[in-house]
Amino acid sequence: MKNQTTVATHLARSKRLSINWNKLGQRIWKHRAYYIMMLPAIIYIAIFKYVPMRGIQMAFQNFRPVLGYDRSPWVGFKHFVDFVTGPNFVMMMENTLTLTFYSLVVGFPIPIILALMLNEVSEKVRKPMQTILYAPHFISTVVLVGMIHILFSPSVGIVNQVIKALGGESIYFIVEESAFSHLYVWSGVWQQMGWNAIIYLAALSAVDPQLHEAARIDGATLLQRIRYVNLPTIMPTVIILLVMRIGTLASVGYEKIYLMQNDLNINASEVISTYVYKRGILNTNYSFSAAVDLFNNVVNIVLLLLANQVAKKTSETSLF
Amino acid sequence: MKTKAKTKIKHSMGDRIVLFVIYVIVIAMVLLVLYPIVFVISSSFSDPVAVSSGDVWLWPVRPTLDAYKRVFREPEIITGYLNTIFYTVVGTMINLTVTVPCGYALSKNSLPGRGFWMGFFMFTMYFSGGMIPTYLLVQKLGLYNTRTILLIMGAFSVYNCIICRTFFSGIPKELEEAAAIDGCSPFRCFLQIILPTSQALLGVMVLYFAISHWNSYFNAMMYINKQEYKPLQLILRKILVEAQNMASMLEGGADEEYAAEMYKTAQLLKYAVIVVSSVPVMILYPFLQKYFAKGVMIGSVKG
Repeated sequence: MKNQTTVATHLARSKRLSINWNKLGQRIWKHRAYYIMMLPAIIYIAIFKYVPMRGIQMAFQNFRPVLGYDRSPWVGFKHFVDFVTGPNFVMMMENTLTLTFYSLVVGFPIPIILALMLNEVSEKVRKPMQTILYAPHFISTVVLVGMIHILFSPSVGIVNQVIKALGGESIYFIVEESAFSHLYVWSGVWQQMGWNAIIYLAALSAVDPQLHEAARIDGATLLQRIRYVNLPTIMPTVIILLVMRIGTLASVGYEKIYLMQNDLNINASEVISTYVYKRGILNTNYSFSAAVDLFNNVVNIVLLLLANQVAKKTSETSLF
Repeated sequence: MKTKAKTKIKHSMGDRIVLFVIYVIVIAMVLLVLYPIVFVISSSFSDPVAVSSGDVWLWPVRPTLDAYKRVFREPEIITGYLNTIFYTVVGTMINLTVTVPCGYALSKNSLPGRGFWMGFFMFTMYFSGGMIPTYLLVQKLGLYNTRTILLIMGAFSVYNCIICRTFFSGIPKELEEAAAIDGCSPFRCFLQIILPTSQALLGVMVLYFAISHWNSYFNAMMYINKQEYKPLQLILRKILVEAQNMASMLEGGADEEYAAEMYKTAQLLKYAVIVVSSVPVMILYPFLQKYFAKGVMIGSVKG
């Protein structure tokens, strides 16, 4: 009896499925105009994103371009073991994690605080302030790093001028290992805080003024109103952005880090992605760096899934 | 008048102090953001001797246009500049034609396989083949060291496509339905009805794409070797970063005339070159500023 029903449902399902395929074809044909609109994007993604995924196998091979993927010898997890047991592994993991979490801890709350404060500034003053605060967002990474070199130069840099004026010793920040993470994170704050505040300002403009009036009548101070009226209003935005931010956590800004690197600060500035570029593209160690890259990618995904789970449990917002 | 006075409740003493503190902090932050920019601009107009002896603090010292004249005499910079303009204009047009229609198609609820294609695109946001396989693919396709690769790389952005999709699904359906009944094809609908009502979106997309083309250096560094194809940012990297690192090597004892020469040129040019390279973006900026809040808001609605 039970068997029969399963067979029957299977049959019905497969029948339904086959009809669906037919119908699907018809429906796609009916919507062919939209498919044509998607076509360039599909082709691009297929070629430049999905085709390279096949190349991941080289992480388990001793890949040589002349031999191709099919004939390159397999080596299993050799490259991963080499990387993890290598002399630079701990240092690179440490740098990657330090830069990531430092940027998050500093870079995430500052725009929120900035927005809460800007919101109290009268509109006439606020507009020109915003124009200034957004501007650095449009400066290129190369120029930003160039400006770091200029401002922190040991001889004429303004920072060292101030230090010297205060009676201190001039510090060569750009080659100083201990200064690297601070330079990286705070230059990022300088560049992005205004831009990242936009969204919170937009959310704050939606606060009902009546709420503020009611709170005032009840004798709430300005700080209390910021804390109990404004902050709760933007909280959903904060959480969504936090989840999104954590989703991109491990993809540290290697383009900027690469530019800020030099021979002297390398112990503090080498992260996994810059290492992949150097070993893979510059030294043509294809298989080894593909393995390192894959390792990085897997760590990212684990972090992302974890963040997503935590977000789902605590706030009912999630990425997927 | 009277009612206005009534609704305006006086700030208490404590509130006024808090407000004052807020103003002080915000103004300090604005000045902190502004100062480096002003300093670079002032230095670019100053006498190089004054700059290198640290005399420039805020305003130009012994104003001169020498540095700018030098910048426009460097053939490398001119070529880079023209290249970047080409990559930005053509690249942005390619971006728009690939990304915006795709976002529009995906905004159609009735589109069969919509969920599948969303998954197809979004998966690549989180997982990729990585740097090396992509690099080898580009070489295999014969695109290494061509202008084409800088135009094609990133032709489609999943993130921006989702922004487009979200924006288009906010447009009332009635608008198109009426046109469809009158026999308007989806393409015409898109071009003649949807796009003209989507200026805010297009403004944001142009801004995002153009800026990323203008400012990117990493792809060029990876895929371009030929001097005549190099974009401005690579030339800037040489002047602003590599030459400065050479200086540190010099101080470390490595003596090379070439490094010294390059360092000297770079010292002279760096401020002016920063200004020259950022001017087009800064010109674009005020025109697009009104779209910022909107663009960021659309982007934040998750797909």
